[in-house]
Amino acid sequence: METTSLHTTGSKQGKRLLEVRNLETKFYTADGVVNALNGISYSVDEGECLAIVGESGSGKTVGVLSILRLIQSPPGRIVGGEILFKGTDLLKIDDKELRTIRGGAISVIFQDPMTSLNPVMRVGAQITENIREHENLTSRQARQKAADLLGMVGIPTPAKRLDDYPHQFSGGMRQRVMIAMALSCSPQLIIADEPTTALDVTIQAQIVELIKSLQAELGTAVIWISHDLGVVARLADNVAVMYAGHIVEKAPVDELYARPAHPYTIGLLNSLPRLDARIKTKLKAIGGLPPNLLGMLQGCAFAPRCMFATQICREQAPPAIEVAPRHQVACWHSELVSAGERP
Amino acid sequence: MAELSLGAVSARPQQSYARRAVKRFFKRKLAVTGFVLLVAMALIVIVGPMLSPYAYDDQDFNVIGSPAPMSPEHWLGSDELGRDALTRLIYGGRISLCVGLAGAVLATIVGVLVGAVSGFYRGWTDAILMRLTDVMMSIPTLPMILLLSGLFRPGPVILVAIVGALIWMGTARLVRSQFLVLREREFVEAARALGAGNMRLMFRHILPNAIGPITVAATLAVGSAIMLESALSFLGFGIQPPVPTWGNLLNSASSWLSTAPWLAIPPGLCILVTVLAVNFVGDGLRDAMEPKE
Repeated sequence: METTSLHTTGSKQGKRLLEVRNLETKFYTADGVVNALNGISYSVDEGECLAIVGESGSGKTVGVLSILRLIQSPPGRIVGGEILFKGTDLLKIDDKELRTIRGGAISVIFQDPMTSLNPVMRVGAQITENIREHENLTSRQARQKAADLLGMVGIPTPAKRLDDYPHQFSGGMRQRVMIAMALSCSPQLIIADEPTTALDVTIQAQIVELIKSLQAELGTAVIWISHDLGVVARLADNVAVMYAGHIVEKAPVDELYARPAHPYTIGLLNSLPRLDARIKTKLKAIGGLPPNLLGMLQGCAFAPRCMFATQICREQAPPAIEVAPRHQVACWHSELVSAGERP
Repeated sequence: MAELSLGAVSARPQQSYARRAVKRFFKRKLAVTGFVLLVAMALIVIVGPMLSPYAYDDQDFNVIGSPAPMSPEHWLGSDELGRDALTRLIYGGRISLCVGLAGAVLATIVGVLVGAVSGFYRGWTDAILMRLTDVMMSIPTLPMILLLSGLFRPGPVILVAIVGALIWMGTARLVRSQFLVLREREFVEAARALGAGNMRLMFRHILPNAIGPITVAATLAVGSAIMLESALSFLGFGIQPPVPTWGNLLNSASSWLSTAPWLAIPPGLCILVTVLAVNFVGDGLRDAMEPKE
């Protein structure tokens, strides 16, 4: 497993906040073992925004939910690896310590704001509950803080809206409430699990801008899960591309878009619509389907869909190599790929 | 225009879920009828004994010996000991309704706890609790009561406990199924991700979402509890004479059924009307809280 270990090191922001090493999560289902994460490694520095991209089922969400041990168990189980948050292995602490970190130092924004708020609790109660879980405030102070937070995420007349129920908010406003909840205890790391996917495009842009400005203002590190490379380009410092439970490529955002070195990354970039493309150009989809994660795969997981694939790809999993400073890729033919050659 | 849009946001009517449910409930005639009947019944049993010139065990020596028919002094007649039937009926209603209500509350608490723990934790906890529930459901109630009644006579508190213990299982199963569904909802995951512990997840996040079905079940449990209490008293296992309940009034009237039917009909009718009214209210609540348009 050591061979696939990738590290993004030394980004502009400074101290190492989170380091995930060889994380392996499996789901023990009735049909067999699903290898959702096959030893992924990455790190996040203070104030950094790391984007994790990949298609549905590539393990993006499992990868970050594993950090807070939020995997449904059974059937899910983290079977190996380390998750070092400021030097403490989150896989080794007890439930009580874990609960103080959840929503405290690390908080999560979920994908669908329509379902992530409790429909029968007033919004204010949901925010203050989280505040009082982690901080020693009176209910009046917590309420004031909740109102301040709602104001900060751009909800008009925040003090009034504390007494509203979630159904009285629109989708974008609910996502703002979720963000306010996530921010409520000044986290050092926010995990945003596709927070804009369920929103329409104009609201998406607003939420991205909001998170970006809050991040700049508060200096919070963000892990942004997405399958939208357009959003990622606007937001991230570094990008990790996931495929079939592996991180296949990792690089600073400009580097990745300018010089992708993994065939899958190229496929992803090619499948985006472009403003400067000729009108009748068809989008290039990646042929084939992602592999079934049931059971062990031999060789490179992407090989069956890869135009560069050779014998070695089908036999041995490629190790991660550094092709440029802070740009790592797990591909046998990365030189060919980044040179833009076709086999 | 900015003013307009802001106004539109804050001026939206604050219609909470509860308020809408109440509104829907009062649109249903049968439910409202049931509700009015229950309120009237409650008022009568609370106020009635204070207005009656007789205590429940006062004997009128003018009519003692055999049951007397209705008269200006005794509106529903009197029993063989010269006690006023109406006073005993109202006083008995007090006991029956109290035991029924308390039994239902107890059953609901037990049912909610068992169901919540079972549905939330799943696994072996669930297996054990649900097998316990199955066992309780499989106990043949009446034979067991007859057996128990040979051993001892319960006081009101024990009686409530017995009534509660015999009817909590339905609620437990219902709550469990609700929890099994609700625990998978994303807001539970979100609350967990923000540091909520199991107790908080169960009772603050999940339980309020199941409050509709639980209210309905609790209401219907009141009906079953009243029925059960009456059955127990009728079989001589409930509250003991001379304290009247609807059940033991029926019991003592049964030996005079052919000669003095006016003693048996009112308590029977009271049980019937109360249980019917409770069920109407329960059905109304079900429709009001789970609208399926």
